[in-house]
Amino acid sequence: MKLELAGITKAFGPLVANDRVDLTVEEGEVHCLLGENGAGKTTLMNILFGLFRADAGEIRVDGETVHFRDPGDAVRKGIGMVHQHFMLVPVFTVAENIVLGFEPVRRFGFLDRRRARADIRRLSKEFGLDVDPDARVENLPVGAQQRVEILKALVRDAQVLILDEPTAVLTPQETEALFKIIRSLAASGRSVLFITHKLKEVLAVADRITVMRLGRVAGRTTPAESGEAELASMMVGREVELVVNKKPAEPGPPVLEVSDLTVVDERGLKVVDHVSLDVRAGEIVAVAGVQGNGQTELAQAVTGLTDHDRVSGSVRLEGREITQASPRQRLRAGIANIPEDRQADGLVLPMTIADNLVLDVYDQAPYARLGARNLARVRAGGQEKLKEFDIRASSAELPVSTLSGGNQQKVVVARELSRPVKLLVASQPTRGLDVGSIEYVHRRIVAERDRGCAVLVVSSELDEVLALGDRVAVMYRGRIVGIVPPTTSREQIGLMMAGVDQGAKDGAGEAPPAGDGERAGDGDRP
Amino acid sequence: MTTAAAPPEETLSEQGAPGAAPPPWWLRALRWTAEANVAVVSFCAIVFGLFVGAILIVVTTPATLTAWGQIGSAPGHSLSVIFSTLGNAFGALFTGSIFSPSAVGHAISTGQGWAAAFTPISETMVSATPLILAGTGVAIGFSTGVFNIGGQGQLIAGAIAATYVGFGVHLPLVPHLVLVVLAGAAGGAVAGFIPGILKARTGAHEVIVTIMLNYIFLNLLNYLLVTPPLQQPGQSNAISRTVPASARLPHLFGGGLRVNVGFLVALGVAAAAAWFMKRGTLGFEFKVIGANPSAGRTAGMDASKATILVLTISGALVGLAGMSTLSGTDFFLSSGYGGNNGFNAITVALLGRNRPLGVVLGSLLFAALSTGGRYLQANTNIPLDLTQVIQAVIVFLVATPALVREIFRLREAGAGKILLFTKGWGA
Repeated sequence: MKLELAGITKAFGPLVANDRVDLTVEEGEVHCLLGENGAGKTTLMNILFGLFRADAGEIRVDGETVHFRDPGDAVRKGIGMVHQHFMLVPVFTVAENIVLGFEPVRRFGFLDRRRARADIRRLSKEFGLDVDPDARVENLPVGAQQRVEILKALVRDAQVLILDEPTAVLTPQETEALFKIIRSLAASGRSVLFITHKLKEVLAVADRITVMRLGRVAGRTTPAESGEAELASMMVGREVELVVNKKPAEPGPPVLEVSDLTVVDERGLKVVDHVSLDVRAGEIVAVAGVQGNGQTELAQAVTGLTDHDRVSGSVRLEGREITQASPRQRLRAGIANIPEDRQADGLVLPMTIADNLVLDVYDQAPYARLGARNLARVRAGGQEKLKEFDIRASSAELPVSTLSGGNQQKVVVARELSRPVKLLVASQPTRGLDVGSIEYVHRRIVAERDRGCAVLVVSSELDEVLALGDRVAVMYRGRIVGIVPPTTSREQIGLMMAGVDQGAKDGAGEAPPAGDGERAGDGDRP
Repeated sequence: MTTAAAPPEETLSEQGAPGAAPPPWWLRALRWTAEANVAVVSFCAIVFGLFVGAILIVVTTPATLTAWGQIGSAPGHSLSVIFSTLGNAFGALFTGSIFSPSAVGHAISTGQGWAAAFTPISETMVSATPLILAGTGVAIGFSTGVFNIGGQGQLIAGAIAATYVGFGVHLPLVPHLVLVVLAGAAGGAVAGFIPGILKARTGAHEVIVTIMLNYIFLNLLNYLLVTPPLQQPGQSNAISRTVPASARLPHLFGGGLRVNVGFLVALGVAAAAAWFMKRGTLGFEFKVIGANPSAGRTAGMDASKATILVLTISGALVGLAGMSTLSGTDFFLSSGYGGNNGFNAITVALLGRNRPLGVVLGSLLFAALSTGGRYLQANTNIPLDLTQVIQAVIVFLVATPALVREIFRLREAGAGKILLFTKGWGA
């Protein structure tokens, strides 16, 4: 099936989200729609899926003009969509979720579960989706839930499948698996419209690429014709630094000393397992690992967000024991924390940008005196920070929820770096951000290091770990399996992330050394 | 309450927005009235509530029902009966809750009877006093994400404490009153602290705990009322000792008008609460914890401490409500003390959108409907329940702004202007 969008225009008040956008998806092709957050990709897809009506332009399926009044129309024409946020009922089984809305019925209105299950098994096998129809959705990992969404579209006989930022929630391994599925879908003659802002993915999976910027098509290309740099500048509209430029680190004395730290979760399972790690002034230690191997818990234990009775071992800041200190005491002692999930833990979305910028010092001079807030000072401070940290907002009095993800993250960064900071803990600091914001956040982090701050970065993006880290600590199942220089090959770090113990292979000892014993990389050995 | 001035339309001006001049102020003002903002929605809710009341009167009152029957033969007469019934009813509501124009006229011409002329408004203020205090307390909890349903229990606890200090301590008027007021607040604070500490330490949900505490304090009161030293000596009835004159809130005016210092205390408390939530550092902490506790924790706030403090402060204000009725009008406790004020406090907090000024206005409206409703019942054949229906309709509509928007065809307010102000029962 060939899908054409011609001259699609859509405005929301003064904001033109789509301006005469043309897009053609051929049968059996993987077409990537690339653009920063706010470039109009999602609006375009919502128009295609019948959720919005375009102000102008038309949609053609196999040359025939169609009008979608609602998603049902789009589905009947063979268009399927997997939203960024899944639309699944957690307590239903996979099969129930998939048939929801067009349940196959036998006589007397009984649900034909057998047929539903058979359909699912067949499609699941055909495209390597590996989904158990009887599993409850809430028990499935995120990657599997996404496959359920894909199945949902396939069962409805989708010929064009729209995937909206499908990798935002996936681990690198799950992403790889998804790409395999995408390729097998294309091989079967279906088309995939893949929406993303991640350059590497585009180059890995696309047949053709359309780049959007500020609501318009900024360019069309193929992976053969363009590299990351071209795509990035097309997307952002200027040259972008894709590598983090930084001088060699000049490490000073240790600022953070973690020794023999163990954290157990609510069920009493060890999530951080006897971890020892030093971070020195003026260096960035990046923690690599597949999501869920204890990195989050390590960062939380350092910033004091874990209940004290679940933590054993010791955490010291400049030699002072802080294992039992409250988050506030640590914060006042000079620990800055960029949390993993900015919307859940970093920001109070309905509150203003200015209020969010003082969330940690709202009761301190000059923002407050004797229990009374100085609102004028808060406002003025907010306005200054907008400039200083390049936060794109017309006023600091707007709710922080009105900002884009990148600008929200800048608010968090601005707040955390506005105190005297000795140790910066940054968890997934650029998750979900566009290229421009990633560049900015990385530069700020390196600037902190150069100022003499100790930095602990936790990231599940290997690129980020290798770009930022002066040393790379790899975690697997709660343990640090090794600390290596960032020049170590991706393959080797990948193996360490998968738990293959490099030390044992070397014969250098079984367990990873418990100190900050730095080991040189082993070259390119697989 | 009406923070809304002109809508900040140009929030997303990254794109080439047409550089048109802003519309003149009168046009913006006009647009504002057609927008579903807080003030307009509340006004529409009140209008609609009264409209429903009018319909109920027309279809239930015997006089109008008879008139309906004659509408074919004597339409003029029927309509005049219907309209005069409605006029009488709403006239009575007004006369019973604000003032009677004829009584005021009489007072002006004769110089006599001023007290009688102002009795209705005085009674409205008396009824509003505990509602303002308790409503403000509940509202502080709500805007912090804490659902304090324990108003009734905290109110009783405050009243019990105030009664003990009232009859048990012998001091001159001013120090004694101060002590009584503080005792009322302390009683309520204790009743609020209990669910607070239980929630912080054990995670027990405050809704369940506060509801159950209502029963505990209700029955504690019933027990104390038949037990010395609270029970009135020589009485077998469940009635407490009476507090002496030094523990009574002085009347604001002479001539038997019951409105007393408690009303001023309530207004003061509401003003203080408004300041506290807007300017106070602790109020800010409360709001942050209410909106996103984990962001608060990450920024170094202590969510457990905040929860305990919020419920304690909330309880203290509700306790003051219990004190205000005791020392202002009743002077002794009896079984069933406080009526429904503890629960109505929740309603006026909702009506006032958890803002102290809104609570004051909502309480006055509620009190006016109640006092007016009693007068209505006494002077026409329309039952008190009618005004309760009106109250319920108003609250219902205020709580569902989307419905009001539909009924009155209002435009959607600018982003973030009309937030849903209760977030459900989740923690």
